Amino acid sequence: MTDTRSDTVSVVERTRAIDAGGAVFAAHFLGRTAVFVLGEEALTFTEPGGEPQRRAVHGGAILAATADGERIISGGDDGKLIATDGKGESSTLAADARHRWIDHIALGPDGAVAWSAGKTAFVQARELRECEAPSTVGGLAFLPKGFRLAIAHYNGATLWFPNAAEAMPEKLEWKGSHLGATVSPDGRFLVTTMQEPMLHGWRLVDRQHMRMSGYAARVTSFGWTTGGRWLATSGATQLILWPFQSKDGPMGKQPRLLAPSEHRIEAVACHPQQDIVAAGYGDGMLLLIRIEDGAEILAKKPGGAPVTALAWSADGLFLAWGTESGEAGIIDLA
Amino acid sequence: MTDAKVQEKAQEKAQEKAPEKVPVTVLTGYLGAGKTTLLNRILSEPHGKKYAVIVNEFGEIGIDNDLVVGADEEVFEMNNGCICCTVRGDLVRILDGLMRRKGKFDAIIVETTGLADPAPVAQTFFIDENVGRRTKLDAVVTVADARWLNDRLKDAPEAKNQIAFADVILINKTDLVSPEQLEEVEARIRGINPYAKLHKTERANIPLDAVLGRNAFDLDRILDLEPAFLEGDDHHHDHDHGHDHDHGHDHDHHRQDHGHKDHGHTHTHSHGGLKHYHDEEMQSISLQSDKPLDPDKFFPWVQDLVQKEGPNILRCKGILNFKGDGQRFVFQGVHMILDGDHQRPWTKDEKRLSRLVFIGRNLPGKKIIEGFESCVA
Repeated sequence: MTDTRSDTVSVVERTRAIDAGGAVFAAHFLGRTAVFVLGEEALTFTEPGGEPQRRAVHGGAILAATADGERIISGGDDGKLIATDGKGESSTLAADARHRWIDHIALGPDGAVAWSAGKTAFVQARELRECEAPSTVGGLAFLPKGFRLAIAHYNGATLWFPNAAEAMPEKLEWKGSHLGATVSPDGRFLVTTMQEPMLHGWRLVDRQHMRMSGYAARVTSFGWTTGGRWLATSGATQLILWPFQSKDGPMGKQPRLLAPSEHRIEAVACHPQQDIVAAGYGDGMLLLIRIEDGAEILAKKPGGAPVTALAWSADGLFLAWGTESGEAGIIDLA
Repeated sequence: MTDAKVQEKAQEKAQEKAPEKVPVTVLTGYLGAGKTTLLNRILSEPHGKKYAVIVNEFGEIGIDNDLVVGADEEVFEMNNGCICCTVRGDLVRILDGLMRRKGKFDAIIVETTGLADPAPVAQTFFIDENVGRRTKLDAVVTVADARWLNDRLKDAPEAKNQIAFADVILINKTDLVSPEQLEEVEARIRGINPYAKLHKTERANIPLDAVLGRNAFDLDRILDLEPAFLEGDDHHHDHDHGHDHDHGHDHDHHRQDHGHKDHGHTHTHSHGGLKHYHDEEMQSISLQSDKPLDPDKFFPWVQDLVQKEGPNILRCKGILNFKGDGQRFVFQGVHMILDGDHQRPWTKDEKRLSRLVFIGRNLPGKKIIEGFESCVA
């Protein structure tokens, strides 16, 4: 029985189909320009009403990409960290001396950029600083207050003050491979995604552990809803939202489960202003889901490769999506 | 992977055509045996194929190859309570990154360091869903130094694991040992792993299609013993052992007593001129049935077996015939982790046999045989 959501409200007809020119792994907006990050070499820029423009940026695979509204910062297997602006012009921010893969990037306050290569985490602010993690870095996230970076690795995470050379980085421990890191916008909780199908977390004030499990698969996509009220996650056949409204966060609470399907959710992206989450399912379907009541809007019909790249424009009026088969689209919700 | 999940996955596979998985060859063997020589040959010979190579000792590769990636060989334990269930975390990350360039290579080679245990590498393919979806373990190739293998087997358990785990073994540097010594080494290897395809080489000069693109489960011979080993088989002696030597027959082997006990000593027989060693700890048990198996009995049985005996079972592999199923089911596992798939339909002239092999230490032979017998439909 396939659920085609045939009687759901749909915005599919507002989609502009885009030929991204290659497998799409991430999407970002610079103003109103949608940028599709391809698996290899290039970023495809699509201005409103303009044709997609492919810009070669890396000399190999693009392993990580993030954006601050003005530039895309990407890392590749060429060992380079590159910033590309809205006009498509690139500059190299860093080149790893050992040509190691740069596969994690995080953006901090005042234009600070953090990245990792192997076991080393780097932060470029006024000065370049580095920190050796006990094992290969699985993820990076800046804490919202103070100048501090969370580094996920095997058996836990490290909290590092790049500007305080004398302060020993603090260790948070939990056995297993921690692959992604994110800090709640109120700065209270560090959450990591793990190799196993689960999330782990620490309440930072007292290092209390949290375990968020029950997933069918590894959580590879997550995001905070507006105001940091929920943590939306992929990895199940429903949208799993962990509550972070109270100061205890999700501790002792059940997640909210919305929009069930036969297929697993592969990617999520939270609307910048409203409590709405875009979710891409394994059968290629894309839904917009309202958290309050689970109401759904169909954004892409099932079919084709799963949507694995998703991004909202900063004003929340456009949604860009892409797949590993090179299909992409921009939905105008204005 | 739970038994239900293995079944579910098999059904899905039968229904949809999945994209081609990139084959991965694992190259193992201790330092100096000739792995790097073999690797350099693979990267430099004009065979028309492109390989992505994952290595630990980056500096040793002589070729400037775009697709050589350095790995840290970082292993971590799964949280399933089994200390032997480990994953090469760095491999998960590297394979994920390599897949972004998947059009750029035909296959992947993973080289492990000297005395590495092959189990974590193999388990990685079964544990990580992304890796398992896009790549498949083609074969484990072990390179052994003919001069030093016997010594290594005595002092390094990893060396024994590397032999036991292998699908293909290169006994290298044969030019540096006498024919008698070579025979000895070969017999010792056979005592540990009767099922690997064995080659004798100098300077790792093997035709590359003997080590690459093995597609191990397409070759039924992967579960056969070398014919030379079977010649002049006189098996009447009063030691119990779990080795199965009569592959020429169809009968279910549970009729004979195959309970295995620790011998506490090695002994030899002549088998058509080839010495035959029983290894003191490493054993293999081979099971066969010409009656179809009941999947609702088989999966719970094998899952339960590996849960209980996980640390002892190094590797298991098999080709299975399930009742009412027109497709061959291929199956392999490392310690507690199992993985299986429908492979292809049985052909009209193919005899539908189920064959399963376990290689490990201190295996409860009788229990395994009886359990297998209970899975017949």
